[in-house]
Amino acid sequence: MNRLLALILLFGVTGWMGTQAETGEADLSALERGKAIAFDRNAGNCLSCHMMDDGELPGNSGPPLIQMQVRFPDRAVLRQQIWDPTIRNPQTVMPPYGKNLVLSEEEIDLVVDYVLSL
Amino acid sequence: MVRTTILGAGLLLLGSVSLVSAPLASETSDTNSGIDPQADRQALRDFYTQRFPDVPLEEHKNGVYAFDEGAREQWLEMEDFPPYEIAVDDGAELYETPFADGKGYPDCFGDGAVKGRYPHYDEVRSEVVTLEMAINDCRADHGEAPLAYDGAEITRLTAYMAYVSRGQIIDVALPEGEGPLAAYEAGKRFYSTRRGQLNFACSSCHVQLAGNRLRAERLSASLGQVTHWPVYRFKWQDVGSLHLRFNECNSQVGAEPFPPQSEEYRNLEYFLSYMSNGLALNGPASRK
Ligand code: HEC
Ligand code: HEC
Repeated sequence: MNRLLALILLFGVTGWMGTQAETGEADLSALERGKAIAFDRNAGNCLSCHMMDDGELPGNSGPPLIQMQVRFPDRAVLRQQIWDPTIRNPQTVMPPYGKNLVLSEEEIDLVVDYVLSL
Repeated sequence: MVRTTILGAGLLLLGSVSLVSAPLASETSDTNSGIDPQADRQALRDFYTQRFPDVPLEEHKNGVYAFDEGAREQWLEMEDFPPYEIAVDDGAELYETPFADGKGYPDCFGDGAVKGRYPHYDEVRSEVVTLEMAINDCRADHGEAPLAYDGAEITRLTAYMAYVSRGQIIDVALPEGEGPLAAYEAGKRFYSTRRGQLNFACSSCHVQLAGNRLRAERLSASLGQVTHWPVYRFKWQDVGSLHLRFNECNSQVGAEPFPPQSEEYRNLEYFLSYMSNGLALNGPASRK
C-alpha cells in the first residue's frame, strides 16, 4: 500500500512537473519560434504565398495552411513538402527550404511542428 | 477545398505552357534549331490572354497597374505630377550640351526619338546593342569618356530619350540566323532558369504567378516589362534603369547579380523586347 501510494505520488509529481516544465512552457515557446521562422521575411516568409494563422497581408499563390493535421496525418510527408516541394511537384514555385539550405534542419522541424498546430 | 482545386487547375495549365512555352515551342517549331521566337511570343500572348481575360495585352505596358485597380488609382494621381519630370528636364539639358569637339548627341541621334530602334542585334558586332551602349558609342566617336552604366547621367539621358520616343511601337526584328537566335535563346533561358537559394526563375513570378500577390505585392506580366524605362521608383527615390531592376529581382531570390549592360542582361532585354513587340513605348514611368 505504501509502495503503491509512493508510486502514484512519484508519477503524479513527475507528471505534473513535466507538464509545467516541458509540455507547457517549452512546447509553447517552440511553437512560437516555429511561427516566427515561418513569418520572418528573411527566413520562411511563408506568408508571401500562404494564408496562415493571424499573419497579415498574406499572398495567394499557395493554399491556405489550415487543418494541417487532417491534411498531413504523416509528419514526414509534411516535412518533405517543406524540405523540397519539387519532389512532389517539379513545377512548383515553392522554395526548397531544406535542400537549398534556406532553413536549417532544426528550423525546419520547428516550422513543421508549428504548421501541424494550424 | 475549392481553393485547392482552382489552384490545381491553374498549375496544370501552367505546366503545359511550362515557363515561357518551351515544350509548346518545340512541338510547333519546324526550324532546324528548334528555336521558334514567333511561336514563343504567340504562346506567351495566349497565356496572358487567358490569365487576364479583361486586360488588353497592350495594357501590360503599365505593369501591375494594368490589373491592380487600387494601386492604379494612386498611380494615376501620382502621374499628375510625374516624379520623373526633373530627370527628363535634366536629360534634355545634357542632351543639348555639346562635347569638347563641338558636336553632340544630336549629331548621333537627331531629335533623340530613337528608343524604338533598341535593343537590336548588330550583325557586324555580333551582339545585342542597347540604347545605353549606343550613347557611349556616340561619346567614343567624339572622343568623350564613357558614362558609367549605373550612373545618374546616363539614366537622365535615357529618361529624356524615352520621353521623346513615347508612342513608338516596339518592333524588334524577328531573330533569324545563328547570332540573333543564340542571343534570343540565351535571354529566354535566363528568364526561365531557376536560380538562387529560393529556386525561382523570372518566369516563376512573372509567368506562373503573374497577377498573384506575394504578400501585398501584385506580380506583373512579362509582356510590357521593357516598355517604360527608366523608371522613377519611390523605393529608389530616383530614376533607375531596366538592368538595375533586373538586379533587384535577382537579389530578392538570392541569385548572383550581373553588371548593367552585361551580355546576360542585354540578351535578356532582347528576349523580353521581342516578346513585347507591338506594345507602345511609354517611358519614363513611375512605380512604387
Ligand atoms: C513562392 C510561393 C511559396 C512560398 C514562399 C511557400 N509556399 Fe508552400 N506552397 C506553394 C504552392 C504554390 C503550393 C501548392 C503545391 C505545389 O505548388 O506543388 C504550396 C504547398 C504547400 C503545402 C502543401 C499544402 C497542401 O495541402 O498540399 C504546405 C504544407 C506548404 N506549402 C507549406 C509552406 C511553408 C511552411 C512555407 C514556408 C516555410 C511555404 N509553404 C512557403 C507556394 C509557396
Ligand atoms: C520572387 C518573385 C520574383 C522573381 C523571381 C522575379 N521578380 Fe521581377 N518583380 C517581382 C516583384 C514583386 C516586382 C514588383 C511588382 C511588379 O512590377 O511586378 C517585380 C518587378 C519586375 C520588373 C518591373 C516591372 C515594371 O512594370 O516596372 C521587371 C522588369 C522584372 N521584375 C523583371 C524580372 C526578371 C528579369 C527576373 C529574373 C531575373 C525577375 N523579375 C524575377 C518579383 C519577382
